Amino acid sequence: MKQTENWGSRIGVILAVAGSAVGLGNFLRFPGQVAQNGGGAFMVPYFISLLILGIPLCWAEWTMGRYAGTRGFHSAPGIFAVICRTPKARYLGSIALLIPLVIYMYYVVIEAWCLGYAISYLDGSLMLGNNPEEYDKHLTNYIGGDADGSLLTPSHYDFLGILLFTFAINFFFIYRGVTKGIETFCRIAMPGMVILAVVVLFRVLTIGTPNPEKPDQNLVNGLGYMWNPDFTALTSSQTWLAAAGQIFFSLSVGFGVIINYSSYLRRNDDVALSGLTASSMNEFFEVCLGGLITIPAAFIFLGVAGLTPLVETNSSFVLGFIALPNVFAGMPGGQIFGFLWFFMLFVAAITSSLSMLQPVIAFFEEGLGLKRHAAAAILGLISTIGAGFIVFFSKNTAALDTMDFWVGSLGLYVLAMIQAVIYGWIFGIRRGHEELHLGSHIRIPFFMQLMLKYVTPTFLLVVFIAFGYETLPKKIAQLSENPVVLASFIFMAIVLGFLLLLVHIAGIRWIKEGRFDAMFAEQGVDLMEKAAEDSK
Amino acid sequence: MTTAGWIMLTLSVVTVLSLLTFCLTKVLSLPPVEADEALVSNYEVDTGDTEDAD
Repeated sequence: MKQTENWGSRIGVILAVAGSAVGLGNFLRFPGQVAQNGGGAFMVPYFISLLILGIPLCWAEWTMGRYAGTRGFHSAPGIFAVICRTPKARYLGSIALLIPLVIYMYYVVIEAWCLGYAISYLDGSLMLGNNPEEYDKHLTNYIGGDADGSLLTPSHYDFLGILLFTFAINFFFIYRGVTKGIETFCRIAMPGMVILAVVVLFRVLTIGTPNPEKPDQNLVNGLGYMWNPDFTALTSSQTWLAAAGQIFFSLSVGFGVIINYSSYLRRNDDVALSGLTASSMNEFFEVCLGGLITIPAAFIFLGVAGLTPLVETNSSFVLGFIALPNVFAGMPGGQIFGFLWFFMLFVAAITSSLSMLQPVIAFFEEGLGLKRHAAAAILGLISTIGAGFIVFFSKNTAALDTMDFWVGSLGLYVLAMIQAVIYGWIFGIRRGHEELHLGSHIRIPFFMQLMLKYVTPTFLLVVFIAFGYETLPKKIAQLSENPVVLASFIFMAIVLGFLLLLVHIAGIRWIKEGRFDAMFAEQGVDLMEKAAEDSK
Repeated sequence: MTTAGWIMLTLSVVTVLSLLTFCLTKVLSLPPVEADEALVSNYEVDTGDTEDAD
């Protein structure tokens, strides 16, 4: 029986893309970035980056995905081949498979941490009093941060069970497909997350001054800690880099996800309004919820002296898994709010991890002709091996951090740059402008296309070079200093090699099946039209 | 919290809420997509196990 996959509804694809974007970063990374980079002043480069980098790149991905999807391709290798009008371009698509696959391998582990913490709040084992060192110790033990292989000991079997359950949930929904799986889950999960976050927000906003001996540790001062602007930060390139980076990672641009999700749209389904809506939903979770909960709550219970060292670690884990449990311990009803908070993070993580599986499943199905259960089984095996690697090499989260840097950070910049150049210089902004407005319910000025062609890639390149300049020397040095870092790098290289091989095979199949015939025919018509024009 | 802090917080939240409200209002006020208007993509992937997916 022949099957095509399409989104069931307009709001369904919006919620799915928003779900992919909304994750731990909205609630943990964003608040820390604001607090560290000039407070409220950070929002100036933040919104500028949203307008110049984030939203335009989102529109480019949505447009290219739908264009290729209506021509029968839903995986990045096929999409790039169609967009670039040559089967050779499929190899670039390997990166768009590598990124979601490798990120899923460690993201699912973090997802299991969130569920584990939620369960720990239910049974009361995380109510350890007002003592950041205790939470640090708990986290290190929980994630096996002390020694490699420590998670495979009997005392951690409960975590392994939670990880297995998390895997099962992900594959249950991914197996059900785009409409019955991803869309159905996101239609429930996204509103659910709003409710959970608003409950916690309400608790934080009404907490008052819980410690009468420390009247300065109150909500207003907590908001001030985060939002009082230091405009001198705007003279630092670090602030602008941080803002651009935050927008970039927050909107899930360059993950290979949006381009896959939008490929299931029909030809006249809107992408302009949908893309803008999904982005604005992400901003709502980030600015209106994340921006009002995490730091103010932490300030109220830890104060400046307790909070500042944690913020300065620049670690989302520290903020999320050490500072906040300390907060819930001191909060009336903290056990239930702690559960709600970590359960919300777990749900946010699932909507993101599902989106990382779908691009690879789509490739296995259309590139290798596998049926869904076979594709899911093979993907399950590969991702289990990867997650197992992360779980085993857990000391100081070396494997996780390595994959997060090379693929989850550097890789994103590379893919986003590839997509920006393909859209602006190969697909073409005139064609892009027409495609973007097919079925569109809003009008985007052509100025946005010019920005996509010239400004966005330049801005992205500047950010990329600065990011590389600041981080690459140290990361390259670690390859020779730490064998786990080297092993993780080799593991990623092997996965990339494997994907390149599969992409090569897929391309041969597609050519033999005549999947590119229509594309070549279009090219032929274009060439004939051009020749006719030239001869006039 | 300083006045500037209140301004930055309010402007940021209002900007995002305004954009989201505009988008959601537009999306939710559009007529539903009719099923028979859906165009099938040119190539259909034969996964063969659709009945088993449930």
